[in-house]
Amino acid sequence: MNKSRTKKLIRVTFSYIILIIFCIISIYPVSQVLTVSLRPADRLLSTSLEIIPDNATIANYINLFVKTDFLRWMWNSLLITASVTLTGVILAATAGYGFSRYKFVGKKAAMQSMLVTQMFPATMLLLPMYIMLVNLGLINSYLGIMIMYSATALPFCVWQMKGFYDTIPSSLEEAGRIDGCSQFQTFYLIVLPLAAPALVITALFSFMSSWTEYVVAAQILQDTAMWTLPIGLKSFESNMSTEWGLYGAASMLVTVPVVVLFLVLSKYLVSGLTLGSVKG
Amino acid sequence: MNQTLRQKIFIFFLVTPALIILLGVVVYPFVYNVIISLSNMNLRHIKDWEIVGFRNYVKVFTEPSQPDFYVIFIKTVIWTIVNLFFHVVIGVFLALVLNQKEIRGKGIFRTILVLPWAVPQLIVALTWRGMFNYEYGSINQILGKVGLPAVEWLRSPTEAFVAAIITNVWLGFPFMMVIALGALQSIPHDLYEAADIDGASWYHKLRTITLPLIKPVMVPAITLGTIWTFNNLNIIWLVSNAGEPSDSTHILVSFVYKAAFNFYRYGYGAALSMIIFFILLIFSVVFMRKTKVTEAVY
Repeated sequence: MNKSRTKKLIRVTFSYIILIIFCIISIYPVSQVLTVSLRPADRLLSTSLEIIPDNATIANYINLFVKTDFLRWMWNSLLITASVTLTGVILAATAGYGFSRYKFVGKKAAMQSMLVTQMFPATMLLLPMYIMLVNLGLINSYLGIMIMYSATALPFCVWQMKGFYDTIPSSLEEAGRIDGCSQFQTFYLIVLPLAAPALVITALFSFMSSWTEYVVAAQILQDTAMWTLPIGLKSFESNMSTEWGLYGAASMLVTVPVVVLFLVLSKYLVSGLTLGSVKG
Repeated sequence: MNQTLRQKIFIFFLVTPALIILLGVVVYPFVYNVIISLSNMNLRHIKDWEIVGFRNYVKVFTEPSQPDFYVIFIKTVIWTIVNLFFHVVIGVFLALVLNQKEIRGKGIFRTILVLPWAVPQLIVALTWRGMFNYEYGSINQILGKVGLPAVEWLRSPTEAFVAAIITNVWLGFPFMMVIALGALQSIPHDLYEAADIDGASWYHKLRTITLPLIKPVMVPAITLGTIWTFNNLNIIWLVSNAGEPSDSTHILVSFVYKAAFNFYRYGYGAALSMIIFFILLIFSVVFMRKTKVTEAVY
C-alpha cells in the first residue's frame, strides 16, 4: 500500500511540473509584449531578459494616442467587429435552428457546402471578392470589409450552432407547443436560452476573427484613415525601422480585451464547441 | 392558416437570409474564381480579359519557378503533418495530465494553457518574429544562457521554416487540449473502476478505454485542424515576412497569396487556389470515409 502511495506522489508531482512548464511556455511570449511596451525609448533593443524592464515607462502608450492614428483604427475595428459579430450570431442562430430541426429541399447540399467552404484557401474567396469589390467601388469601405468577414465566418458559425441545437432534445419544444407557444416562441423562449453556451462561443469566434484579421484587411483597406488595428499594428513593424515601443503598446491594447474575453468565456469552450454535433 | 404552411413560412424565414448571403459571398465568388482561373486576367488585363482554357493549370504544374510547385507542396505537407502531430500529442497529453482527479487548481491551469489560443495570431506571429531576432531576440538569449550557439532563425530557409512551425505549434495545442478535455469528461468513470478491478495497467487503460473513446471527437477536430493548418496563411506569411529569405519559406497558400496580390497574376492565382482546394477536398473525403465519424451530422 505504501509503495503505491509513493508511486502516486511521484506521478502527481511530475504532473504539476509538466503543467507548470507548459504554463511558462504559454505565458512567456505574452510577457515579452508587455516588456517591450514598457521599455524606455533609449533601451528598446535591450538584450535583458527581465519582464518588467528597468525604468519602466508608459511613454509608449501615451505616444500611441498622441502621435499615431490609433484611436481612429480602434474605432474602425470596433465598428467592423461589432457589425460582423452581430450579423453572424443572428444569422447563425436562426439558420442553425432551421438546419437542425426541419427537413427541406437542398438541406444536405447546403450543409455539405458549408463544410466545404472550410477547405477554401484564403485566396479562393479573397481574389474574386477583391475584384468584385473593385468593380463595385467598395474598396476602402466599411461595407466591403464587413461583407468579406461575414462571408468567411458565417459557414462555420451556422455549422457550429446547428451542431449544438442537435444536442437539445426536441421534446422540450413539443411540451412548449402543447402549452400554446407559437413556433417562434418555442424557439425564442425555450431553445435559444438553452443554446447560450454555443451562442457565446460563436460570438467569441466571430469577434476574434474580425478583431485580429490582417491579410484580408491589408488588401481591402488601403487608406490610412480606414485601417483597422491589425494593419496599424503591422505598420509599426517594418523591415527598415521597427517601432518596437509603439508595436508593444498597441499589441497590449489589442490583445488584452480579447484575452480577457476569451479567458472569461473559456469555461463555455468545452460545452459550447461541439464540432458539428459529434457526440463523444 | 393551416399548420404545414405556417411551418414552411417559419423555416423560410429562419434559413433564407443565411442562404442568400452564402449564395452571394461564397457560391458566386467560387464560380467567379473558376472563371478567372480559366482566363488570362492579370494587372494589364483586368477589364479586357478572355478565356484561355487550362493554360493556368498547366503553368502551375510545369512553370519552372523558384521554388516550384512540387517543392512547395511537399513543404506544405511537412508543415501540416509536423504541426498536427505536435498539436494533437501535446494537446491530448496535457488534457490527460489535467484530467487526473488529484490535480488541484484545474481551472487556473486550463485558463493559462489556453492563452496561446486567445492571443491574436497576428500578434503571436510578430512577437515570435521578434523573439527569433538574431541579436536581440530572447530565443537566442536563452540559448546563450544555457551555452548553446545562437541560431540565424530568420535568415536561412530551413531555420525560418522551423521558426514558423514552432510558432504555429505554440498557438495550436490549446485547441486540441480543450477538445480532448471535453471528450475525456464524457467518459463514464465506472469503465476505469471496472478496469482497476481487473488490474489493468495505466497504459492498458489508455489504449483500450481512453483513446478509443475520445477518438470520435478527436477525428473531426483533427480533420478541421488539418484543413486550417494547411491553409494557415497568417503564421507563415508574418513570421517569415512574406516568404523571406528570398521566397524560400512558402507553403502553398502563402505562395498563391503572393502570386495574386504582390505579382497580380490573377489567373494563375485562381488556378492554384482551385488546386489547393481540390487537394483538401480529396483529403477530407477520404479521411472522413475511412473514419466514418461525421455520418451523424446530417
